[in-house]
Amino acid sequence: MAADRAPYVGAAFPRKEDGALLTGAARFIDDMSPLPGIRHVALLRAPHPHARIRAVETARAAAHPAVHGVLTGRQIAAAVRPIPSAVRVPIDYYPIAVDKVRYAGEPVALVAASDRYAAEDAAELIEVDYEPLPAVADLDAALAEGAAPLHEAVGSNLVHRRSFRYGDPETAFAEADHVVRLDWKFPRYASTPMETYGAIAHFERSPDRYTVWSNFQGPFILHALMCGALGTPGNRLRLITAPHSGGSFGIKQGLFPYMILLAAASRLLDAPLKWIEDRLEHLIGSSSASSRRDAIEAAFRADGTLTGLRFRNIVDVGAYIRAPEPASVYRMHSASNGCYRVPAISIDNRLVATNRVPIGLNRGYGGPQFYYALERAMDAAARALRLDPAEIRRRNFIRREEFPYRTPGGALYDSGDYAAGLDEALRLADYRALDARRARARSEGRLFGIGLAAAVEPSGSNMAYVTLAQTPEERARAGGRSGGLGSCTVSIDPSGAVTVRTVSTPAGQGHGTVAAQIVADALGLRPEDIDVITEMDTLTSAWSLASGNYANRFSSVVVGAIAESARRVADKIRLLAADTLEVAPEDVELVGGAARIVGVPEGALPFRRVAARAHWHPAGLPEGAGPGIFETTILSPPELGPPDERDRVAPAVTFGFVCDLAAIEIDPATGRIDIVKYVSVHDVGTILNASIVEGQIHGGFAHGLGGALMEEMVYDAEGNFQSGSFADYLCITAPEMPPLTVGHVTTRSPQGGLGAKGMGDGSSMLAPTAIANAAADALGREDIELPLTLDRVWGLAGARP
Amino acid sequence: MLRVKPDATCRVTVTVNGAARSGRAGPRLLLCDFLRHELGLYGTRVGCEHGVCGACTVMVDGRAVRSCLTFAVQVDGAEIRTVEGLGDGGALSPLQEAFRRRHALQCGYCTAGVLISATRFLETNPRPTEAEVRDMLSGHICRCTGYHGMVRAILDVAGAEEGEEEERRR
Repeated sequence: MAADRAPYVGAAFPRKEDGALLTGAARFIDDMSPLPGIRHVALLRAPHPHARIRAVETARAAAHPAVHGVLTGRQIAAAVRPIPSAVRVPIDYYPIAVDKVRYAGEPVALVAASDRYAAEDAAELIEVDYEPLPAVADLDAALAEGAAPLHEAVGSNLVHRRSFRYGDPETAFAEADHVVRLDWKFPRYASTPMETYGAIAHFERSPDRYTVWSNFQGPFILHALMCGALGTPGNRLRLITAPHSGGSFGIKQGLFPYMILLAAASRLLDAPLKWIEDRLEHLIGSSSASSRRDAIEAAFRADGTLTGLRFRNIVDVGAYIRAPEPASVYRMHSASNGCYRVPAISIDNRLVATNRVPIGLNRGYGGPQFYYALERAMDAAARALRLDPAEIRRRNFIRREEFPYRTPGGALYDSGDYAAGLDEALRLADYRALDARRARARSEGRLFGIGLAAAVEPSGSNMAYVTLAQTPEERARAGGRSGGLGSCTVSIDPSGAVTVRTVSTPAGQGHGTVAAQIVADALGLRPEDIDVITEMDTLTSAWSLASGNYANRFSSVVVGAIAESARRVADKIRLLAADTLEVAPEDVELVGGAARIVGVPEGALPFRRVAARAHWHPAGLPEGAGPGIFETTILSPPELGPPDERDRVAPAVTFGFVCDLAAIEIDPATGRIDIVKYVSVHDVGTILNASIVEGQIHGGFAHGLGGALMEEMVYDAEGNFQSGSFADYLCITAPEMPPLTVGHVTTRSPQGGLGAKGMGDGSSMLAPTAIANAAADALGREDIELPLTLDRVWGLAGARP
Repeated sequence: MLRVKPDATCRVTVTVNGAARSGRAGPRLLLCDFLRHELGLYGTRVGCEHGVCGACTVMVDGRAVRSCLTFAVQVDGAEIRTVEGLGDGGALSPLQEAFRRRHALQCGYCTAGVLISATRFLETNPRPTEAEVRDMLSGHICRCTGYHGMVRAILDVAGAEEGEEEERRR
């Protein structure tokens, strides 16, 4: 690091990405045409949530003059295998409906034509003979006696059940002074990135190889599943991501079945195929966060000490268990104690199939649902025990001196000071003044409430945590699973220019900027001197299963690989410069684009010249310096071991902390919720880029607020989708956003080298809960259901006791 | 407006960002598709194709319009401004600069449309209140930012212009 200026890491450095994005120069998947002769695909989708396909008549569509080819589910199924899942049940999941449709919007047939307009025209000419079946529209219907099973071979809509026990929950509950129980429901919603899915697939011969360009975001463990479905070795399925992706929030993992579909279709139709999902397809057919209907019980001693937790989770997975599901149910599993020192936990997980779109990754991934149970129960317990909601949390928080902290479920919390985070939230909110304001409002008969919520934010996933869905015996049979590899290559070309490759496939998180900041500090250059390539190419990148952009893994894992590669390059430059300067390498520093003797500006060597020597004059290199500069680091955090025989696993590398406080006033005449105050305090460890961190916090809050107040994917009692356009699915817009007060406490993470923790989920996990807690407080009732729409709140306010 | 038969195409000529351009369009070709795939102006993004999200907003004869709700044949002879034409040569416009400074974009997919609307908005309302800025932005969906940086950036530009004017008055 240069001595004569502040480091770039930590600064609110303006983003390298912005120039291209602001001028329209950035290229996304729909801007790409990587090879000639591309045909455009339209998908015919099922209008029924549950129906048998008796026949598909494609002759009229195939006869359309602009049509290149038409394929049905049966034709695709003859060319691919079902996509595997971690849950061992007889469910055949194909990327297109075969003989039966199980959700409204499921693809039924594919048309390739000279342009999309013609492809859609032709799709309308396909005649499908459906035999509609009774739909299983929600969890209650799915579990009802005599419910039609979606998957006959399973025999029931209960497709998975596992129970877990950590510590001694029975004794904890038997000896409890108070048991607080909360029955809760969580709706389906989705973060609907502004850019939908897009893929271009090409099959070529000699050798037989599929290439798929897309805005798929990873995890690239799904590459292995795609290879399995296509029956091809990994080097014959080349995945390439577009330079830019228009947001994801997890949803773009759900693109992978379409990648299989397009790849197989490209082979069958002998043409490169392009498909850009339209918005209506995205809303009805892409993915959603899971809806749940669960119960939580919490055991307390009289003094408010939390002694046991009991979770009963019933999860609506939709029509299929689509990988990486059921990971959303297991992401928080090993951290089921939340922020608290609770020794005894029991968990019962049931996955239920319904005639809805399969669930998948969505911002917070299982966190919003988990914290809706735990943190609503903590507020309810405070009311039941007549304790302040802040105080009951403070009494049970893991203490600063207890880190690193091993949870009952096996997670290793790296660092934290939760009490300090809570105190900062209370300070920023002026909690006492809010309390007084609430008392005053209530004395005037107004509905004013305060809600709290606190969370750990797991980041940098262990690829093995999803195998908690398997029994220890099933896991043993499948062979060992562990780890979460991150990779990065830093290279210097013969001109002396630096390129960083992160294979981190960002969708707006500014990875290129942060990577350049890290490498600039290590090499004594400026971030603008360093180009960062964030795309994946599975044939030429250094990557592994965990590569991609999810689970906040960039700042928890990938930055460690960037820093390590940069350090190795810096060491090499110092070695080369030391040879010229005739000093020891440790006496050389890299400053201001030059290598020089520490503290001596005279005789400094231009960085580019020193670096270029590794290419131009290998024979003249000093001992210990190999030719070229190309440093690749692949690391897997050592904590990420396999689950043990008692189902304990370290699910993630870093555990940030978030504490949210919402103060609201409800207008009983309209049901409108006015957010009077919203405070969000974060411990993200070392802040790598202050403005990017701030942006992520505001964005996560917007998603959480949307889920709290208005966003819901609604299905009617027959399983028909009711939220199929942006006029029906209401995304949060600028006038609905209240002021957000952001605070920070910082405990450096011992993981990853730079002290940073993963972040980005943030308030997407907590705003639904904090606002529901505030509503419960305002209304004096615990039966709060999301989203808190005008009519729902109006009903609750009018019917209050 | 041009008249063209259902299966035919016709030549549509427009001025885009100050330059005369023309391309072929059938009667139902959307303006967004015409700009992107016929004229190669990929900076205009398509987000919903039903007029809600605002990503595809462009200026047609000085008005901000949804290019997904406009047919190419409707704009024959019109003057069109897209995100590619907002800057001055290689330099960003003050609004684009403010968006960068205020971290008003993350994935950048909605940004072109927001910039067009905000540019037009500031032409008609150079000193907006924050509520007016938010009201204008309600015609756009951004899923990344929570709109925080955008509001600040637009107010920045409005404030800067105000500041300059005050200086001139002195």
